[in-house]
Amino acid sequence: MAKKSIKIRAKLKGDTTQVKTLMTHPMETGLRKDKKTGKLIPAHFINEVTAESGGKTVMTAYWSGGISKNPYLSFSFDGASAGDEVTISWKDNQGGSDSASAKIK
Amino acid sequence: MTTNIKRRVFLKGSVAAGTVGIAVGAGLLAPQAVLAAWPKAAFEAKSIDDALKNAMGDASSSASDAIKIKAPDIAENGAVVPVSVSASLDGAESIALLAEGNAQPLVATFAMGAGALADVSTRIKMGKTSDVIAIVKAGGKLHSARKSVKVTIGGCGG
Amino acid sequence: MRLRTFAAAAVCALAATTVMADKRAADTSPAEDLKTYRDYFQKRFPGVPLNEFGNGVYAIDNVSRDSWNAVEEFPPYEPMIEAGQAIWDARFANGKRLGSCFGGDPAQRGNFPYWDAKRKMVVTLPLAINECLESNGEPPLPYRKGRIADLLAFMSYRSRGQKINVEIPDDPDAIAAYNAGKSFYFARRGQLNFSCAHCHFESAGMNVRTDVLSPALGHTSGWPVYRSKWGELGTLHRRFAGCNRRVRAKPFAAQGTEYRNLEYFLSHVSNGIEYNGPSARK
Ligand code: HEC
Repeated sequence: MAKKSIKIRAKLKGDTTQVKTLMTHPMETGLRKDKKTGKLIPAHFINEVTAESGGKTVMTAYWSGGISKNPYLSFSFDGASAGDEVTISWKDNQGGSDSASAKIK
Repeated sequence: MTTNIKRRVFLKGSVAAGTVGIAVGAGLLAPQAVLAAWPKAAFEAKSIDDALKNAMGDASSSASDAIKIKAPDIAENGAVVPVSVSASLDGAESIALLAEGNAQPLVATFAMGAGALADVSTRIKMGKTSDVIAIVKAGGKLHSARKSVKVTIGGCGG
Repeated sequence: MRLRTFAAAAVCALAATTVMADKRAADTSPAEDLKTYRDYFQKRFPGVPLNEFGNGVYAIDNVSRDSWNAVEEFPPYEPMIEAGQAIWDARFANGKRLGSCFGGDPAQRGNFPYWDAKRKMVVTLPLAINECLESNGEPPLPYRKGRIADLLAFMSYRSRGQKINVEIPDDPDAIAAYNAGKSFYFARRGQLNFSCAHCHFESAGMNVRTDVLSPALGHTSGWPVYRSKWGELGTLHRRFAGCNRRVRAKPFAAQGTEYRNLEYFLSHVSNGIEYNGPSARK
């Protein structure tokens, strides 16, 4: 896994902060076969993503392997100001996790 | 199994600890805590109804044009189908996103926390041509919208 | 069976065109070719500005353009640009860095490919990178994907906006290399007996199975490319190999003479279009 697996862009427009984030992850469903060996590739996907800002959880997402490889998520929330931080964290079904923060612009 | 029993199973299975359930009941926690653990049964369900009962506590929803789904009419590649869901419903708490034609239709749930708008975008896999369904829970009721997406290259196999 | 349907379609299209029927490569000069091909595509796709052709099939296919725009909004190759920068910044065992071979500037895309008169060969950017590594005692990188693709993503990103501007010097060897690339492009091959031009000239804009065929114009601008199908970045020569295989022909080695000459020709066809790599494709 890449060292930094999460990229975040957070922009304030009026009262609303729009957060766009891209995660690096294989998102294997567990239903796909390896082309060379013919064996099933074990499920390996992010199943939980949380977003926090100002000490509050603004979004909790639960995912299946049905989200595309190198997942993208965007969402919006009210109540933050420019310069505040947004923290995105993910966990996957194999116990992996990562977290990153960015300032709202 | 009746809906009611399933719903109870859902509550038990997806709330991390009993105390959290009580806390929610007492209004101590924000609504996002309702889905306090990955709803396995919902994601592994093969039918839309089972997925919804397990993820949203109910399978019946009413169609709503307050929900907008943005997705391509024809997906370039089923492995990466950009989908956006937004809803102008008061008190929207959570969104479930499903691809009707997938072996396991539930793709994602989103629980809106502090200040969050019902407005999410992501990219999903679609195994074949089917509807993308968005279910939005607002005011304790489920509202739904669907949009058909033609898939020429499936995204679930190789 | 689907292939047969397509073959028939391509043959129909072929009958309607006069771009380069059965001429020999040497019959026209590079400058003449540039004008002929550009005119051909601009007539074929009226209203598409020249620079738009750098976006491949999305220049001409509005249906897929929407999805593509949504993906380019936060493209999956972004982390790879950073990974490439780390490779650019890393020190070799001898203390130097890649920049020492490139005047310290990663924005090199517009300087390649070029004709090296001394060595009598086309030099591409990936080739120059590996030559740099080897001359510093570092192992070369495999050409199709992985670290070299990351590095190219970084260098191409820094080069965005430079224009493709390939010169074919008035040197018989350079012209021969160009003509070899051109002949390659128009030569039928594989069990399906198709040339590159059958698909990307004559049939551009038509459907083959589930794909709309992109015009050859601009084909070299957007590399490296993150293809959803690959789920990763790949290089231009990886794509050349894929298109050879598509017609069940044996691919050539990435960065071998054949593909370098092909890149020389194909880049020249696209002169004037901005480099816009890396990019996303389905
Ligand atoms: C049977 C038809 C066919 C033939 C023959 C063919 N290609 Fe392709 N090529 C495709 C298809 C389909 C695609 C994907 C859709 C598109 O971008 O055109 C593609 C894509 C490409 C791309 C990527 C374009 C982009 O913007 O991403 C390049 C470069 C390319 N082909 C080069 C070649 C070369 C060089 C040859 C000859 C060796 C060749 N093709 C022969 C069908 C063909």
